[in-house]
Amino acid sequence: MDVSLIIQQCENLLHDLSLSYVKEWKDKNNSQAIGYMPVYIPRELVCAGGMLPVGIIGGGDEVEVIRGDAYFQSYICRIPRSTIELGLLGNLDCLDGFLFPAICDVIRNLSGMWKITFPQKYVKYIDFPQNFSNIGREYYKKELLLLKTDFENITHKKITSKDLSQAICLYNENIKWIQKLYDFRSEKPHLVLTYELYLLMRASLILDVREHTQLIKDYLHSVENEKRPLRDYVRVIVTGAFCEQPPLALIRALESSGCYIVDDDWVLGSKYYTQDIPLLSDPIDSLVSAYCDFAVSTASRFEESKNKGHYLMKQIKKYKAEGVIFAAPSFCDPALLERPMLQDILTKNKIPHTAFKYAENTGQIQVIKEETGTFADSIKLWGET
Amino acid sequence: MQNQPAATLKEDSMVLQKKMLADHYHKLSQAKEFGKKVVYTFVPGNLNELIWAFDMLPVHPEINALQAGMRKKSGNYVLEAEKHGHSEDVCTYVKCDIGMLKQGNIGPTGEKLPPPDLLLLSYTGCFTFLKWFELLQQEYHCPIAMLHVPYQGDGKITPSMIEYVVGQLKENVIPMMEKVSGKAMDLDKLQAYLDSSKRAEENLVYIWDTAKHRPSPIDAYFGGVYYIGPIFTAFRGLDECERYYELLKQEINERITTKSGPITPDGEFNDQKFRIVVEGPPNWTSFREFWKMFYDEKAVVVASTYTKVGGLYELGFRHDAKRPFESMAEYCLGCYTNRNLPNRIEILEKYMSDFEADGFLINSIKSCNSFSAGQLLMLRELEKRTGKAGGFIESDLVDPRYFSAANIKNRLESYFQMLEARRK
Ligand code: SF4
Ligand code: SF4
Repeated sequence: MDVSLIIQQCENLLHDLSLSYVKEWKDKNNSQAIGYMPVYIPRELVCAGGMLPVGIIGGGDEVEVIRGDAYFQSYICRIPRSTIELGLLGNLDCLDGFLFPAICDVIRNLSGMWKITFPQKYVKYIDFPQNFSNIGREYYKKELLLLKTDFENITHKKITSKDLSQAICLYNENIKWIQKLYDFRSEKPHLVLTYELYLLMRASLILDVREHTQLIKDYLHSVENEKRPLRDYVRVIVTGAFCEQPPLALIRALESSGCYIVDDDWVLGSKYYTQDIPLLSDPIDSLVSAYCDFAVSTASRFEESKNKGHYLMKQIKKYKAEGVIFAAPSFCDPALLERPMLQDILTKNKIPHTAFKYAENTGQIQVIKEETGTFADSIKLWGET
Repeated sequence: MQNQPAATLKEDSMVLQKKMLADHYHKLSQAKEFGKKVVYTFVPGNLNELIWAFDMLPVHPEINALQAGMRKKSGNYVLEAEKHGHSEDVCTYVKCDIGMLKQGNIGPTGEKLPPPDLLLLSYTGCFTFLKWFELLQQEYHCPIAMLHVPYQGDGKITPSMIEYVVGQLKENVIPMMEKVSGKAMDLDKLQAYLDSSKRAEENLVYIWDTAKHRPSPIDAYFGGVYYIGPIFTAFRGLDECERYYELLKQEINERITTKSGPITPDGEFNDQKFRIVVEGPPNWTSFREFWKMFYDEKAVVVASTYTKVGGLYELGFRHDAKRPFESMAEYCLGCYTNRNLPNRIEILEKYMSDFEADGFLINSIKSCNSFSAGQLLMLRELEKRTGKAGGFIESDLVDPRYFSAANIKNRLESYFQMLEARRK
């Protein structure tokens, strides 16, 4: 398939706020769909139950928030208000349940708001352990077993170990191709445009995992033949955007300001573990391991200072990044509190960095573009800022 | 109304509280000299009894921050932290603490606070705690003992949550405290502290409950955070804490007999027209001014939720020496901000009816997501369920830039006028 067609398909999915793909999928498969918010959700378990996991990470700049503003004060980030707006508009009616990950107080409280506002729906707050020793693992395992029972009650079908192992394999395959996409992007950043990569990743939130894997394969196959000029851009990593997403126009602007984004943490829920999930005799243990042993570092996971910044430094090395852009949603406590710690580490390691804040509907794109453009120029000219 | 000027009105409990706090900070300033180990830990889910059992001294960074707010130092500390790269958007308690540290870590009594030997991260009811101690660890390079307290997402405490917290206490927290203190865990000592906590808890619940009287002998928000709550947080488990609550109870009983109201900075407040329930933390930088806006309108606060972040006892929980670890786990799990939103609404609804309140007010804190996210929905739900009017004001904990006195006063006046109109 042609690159432009693939990207068009992804873009259509992004704009389809009424989730028609999900409705069609449910009809075709005579099954259910479970929504989830950004990161660390064990989608494999949803898939093992024969349901479609659907990532909802706000309404972007396409939803005009009217009623949502009556739910959140102006000093709270935008993602919960646009998400609740989508819910109130009925756009999420096709979701049979909603999972809220323990990544911050806003999403935590939103889980309770969801219970009150949509009492007929299944709502679950998933509390990931912050203690990764055996006690934490045991606790998480029990949480996952409860979740499994909940899913069985929704579908009236048992989830067998075989179902779960198969789902894990599907996601392992998906992660493998996502990884190839990122590696290829790093190797030939002029061929894989950032906004295309972003749209491909966004599609992972909606599409059946098999279709998504195929989509990446098709894209990689086609993009190799594209004739795209290699530009004198700097290689940067974007971090801090793991929850509320920057608008697409901002993502385009970052690249056109002179930055090849060789790694990022947006749409992180689709690539939150760093390697294949090991297939253990009890596949629930595999999910425990995915979170406890292999999950990427974010501001929402406890990290002692001796480990702080290791993940970022590793990615910088792996992708030969020349600088880091801290992009955090306004009012995002986790990302903004994490930022000075990471900045400190980068400064000590002489890695240039810059920072900005955004909202999913930000209108300040030109200003941010100028800032990142200056940052890129300074790296090019002086090797550091 | 205020019958006597403030200077003449200081009850014995207030004098005692002042002395206890001064002594504590003094001990802290000399901790290193006397070889005492110091543990920094948060108010919600604090494990004071355990800290005493290891003969260590606790420091509660939120208390330092609020004290800095009351002493008008916090604005400068917040700016200092922002100068060091901290965002204007984040929790101002954290920034106040970091700013204070950058400016020499001088405590509320003017003496220097010792650096921590251990950061006891009892991570209860707020994500920011996690980042806060990660930030402090980068500054102090000392060990962190992590105690992850799961959130009551479904509004209940499950056996697996208790097991998880107890497991962490036994396998992570206590071994680390043993290592840092150089002392073995002494169960008898811990149990004695837990017993003492229980006795103080009985009195504390009794005291909160007295607001059911008319006039209310206490102000359960301003007075609550000023005179009633802090001692409990900082000293729970100690004899002096028990004594303090005995004394306070006696004084309040006397006020009930004489039909007297609470003591405010402007004197005794007897003529109470409105009985209010308050949700959310107070503003500390203009604390007296804020309080005055209430008593000037003859509004007394009969119940509040902020005073329950350090423990919620009125529903029956008590520390239990017979089940030391389980009860410490239940304590942490039950703190107010560790309860889900539907549960928080139920608690407020109960306060409204138990204390026969005329209305409720939400003070929404700009930089506290843990409390603030969802408060607008809480407002509507509570109005719907109780049929009483709710008020909504916005301020900040310790950042004076976000306390707009004129605006808040206007809002409060209109709110109380509305309550008055509804009465007619
Ligand atoms: S943007 Fe940040 S504060 Fe807002 S919901 Fe996401 S993680 Fe939480
Ligand atoms: S966010 Fe709120 S609850 Fe959390 S530390 Fe700050 S003030 Fe306390």
